[in-house]
Amino acid sequence: MSSLYAQLQSDIRFQEGLTACMNCGVCTAICPAAAYYDYDPREICQEVQSQDEQTLIHLLKSDTIWMCGQCLSCKTRCPRDNTPGYIISALRTLSQQTGYFAHSRMGRQQLRIKRTVGESILKEGYCVHPKLLVPAEHPEQGPVWQWALDHGKELFAQLGSNYYEEGEGGVRKIDDQTLGELNAIFSETGGLDFFDRIEEGMKNRPAAEENQDSLF
Amino acid sequence: MNPTSWKDYQKQIPDDHFFFVRSCIRQSLFPGAESAMLRIMKDFLHKDVYEDPRHTTCTGIGYHSDVVLLETIMTVVARQLALMTEAGYKNLLVSCVTSFGIYLEIFEMWHNFPEKLEDTRQSLLRATGREFEIPESIVHTSDVIYHFRDEIAAFSNLRLVNAESGLPLKAVEHVGCHYAKIFPSGGFGGAEFPFVLSGLIESWGGEVIDYPERRHCCGFGFRQYLLRENRGYSLSNSKIKFESMAPYQPDFILTNCPGCNMFLDRWQYTLAEMEGKTYDKGGLGIPVLTHEELAGIMLGMDPWKLGLQMHQVQVETLLDKLGYNYSKKEKYYIAGKPTVLPQKPSVLLV
Repeated sequence: MSSLYAQLQSDIRFQEGLTACMNCGVCTAICPAAAYYDYDPREICQEVQSQDEQTLIHLLKSDTIWMCGQCLSCKTRCPRDNTPGYIISALRTLSQQTGYFAHSRMGRQQLRIKRTVGESILKEGYCVHPKLLVPAEHPEQGPVWQWALDHGKELFAQLGSNYYEEGEGGVRKIDDQTLGELNAIFSETGGLDFFDRIEEGMKNRPAAEENQDSLF
Repeated sequence: MNPTSWKDYQKQIPDDHFFFVRSCIRQSLFPGAESAMLRIMKDFLHKDVYEDPRHTTCTGIGYHSDVVLLETIMTVVARQLALMTEAGYKNLLVSCVTSFGIYLEIFEMWHNFPEKLEDTRQSLLRATGREFEIPESIVHTSDVIYHFRDEIAAFSNLRLVNAESGLPLKAVEHVGCHYAKIFPSGGFGGAEFPFVLSGLIESWGGEVIDYPERRHCCGFGFRQYLLRENRGYSLSNSKIKFESMAPYQPDFILTNCPGCNMFLDRWQYTLAEMEGKTYDKGGLGIPVLTHEELAGIMLGMDPWKLGLQMHQVQVETLLDKLGYNYSKKEKYYIAGKPTVLPQKPSVLLV
């Protein structure tokens, strides 16, 4: 197994994201995540530039890397053309590939995203679709969303959509051949294996973390 | 020399022949907006827009929430392009701002790392037997509405002015981060002077209000919204914007990103429920419209066929200021018949 830094370097997002950080902190100043969480993209750039294996392990096991919101405002602002948001993407992928994600509370949240958005892509052909937005889980959608779901087929038809029916149009049912192609792409590119790594990483998470948080 | 004004960030928009790809969020939450976009392009502007029912999500939300690998999303994008190639189109028209950023990002990676492009071609061929060409142009639907803003105005007698006072309506615009913050050259006005929405407002007679947090993210955050316990991130970032714009008393908010539109609408409701506060004087909230919805209003479309009843913040205050001709009582009608009304929020007036 190559070093974690070598694995990061093999990710083109890391190559594009880290050119020559001088730790000026402009990324942190513009970062919405830094305003909300105890999060500092400048510090992450400093840590990955250390290339130190133990520092990287600590980072990959931390909550920190899961706090970025991927708005990529940092890409606009960095005077050296670094993109901390891309570095975060590379770190998150590596954290899940190595199983380190299961060491942190926010890392373990990936299982729910895999089981909702991830599996929705393969089953429905969409990341998000109306029936995935269950009002009990999405109270922020307000009473109008419950009304919309109650009248889904007729309402969406009135608005020109093809609500879970085959053929052209919004929120249509994706045909089986297309879903087969999506599944084949996930299989070919390692996407299904990656899903398995997330499930396996959660099964193998440290015993001390067993009862720290619920799956759902 | 670095560009210094929005005029340095112009982009070419094709006049016709588009291959249309939908948005997961827009088609789910604001389905009438996408329908209106197609109707404007086909029925009013007489443009050729083709939709292949075999196209899917680009997987962008899964990618930015880190459950979809880079190689996977590249190949899914390649499949969309293969459908476009097979249909004989070269101009990609994208409904979603996340997808728009994804396409631009992947094209740049393929340019910088040609071996990744070749890997993607081989992966797609092995998985589906399909082949693809890189589009000649990629445009967001807001680019196209902006491009045809004068033609749209020519169909309309409406101006964005208060029908009683004759004064321009005050609008704040919110451009989605992934429209131009990732690749400033991909959007009208770049990241510093985004003009794609403010240009619409000004062309159609309204007044654009500048406010301190105009360029702040709506707070989607992908995994920060998807997981219920993280949503404070999303809500807090939208709140920063509402607090900043409220003193200017905007008549409406205009967005081009489906996620931003949802959050700026839904978080007003949520904040009202949590804090008992609304960001207008009347307790009705600030209406939030997408670029297609506003264009639809300019063209005189029925607001209840545009899907404006699916907004949690009512839009009637805006329609009434415009002196718009519509039926208030038919807001929650379906197929011409009344339905049981949605439950009323406890604070926000609807």
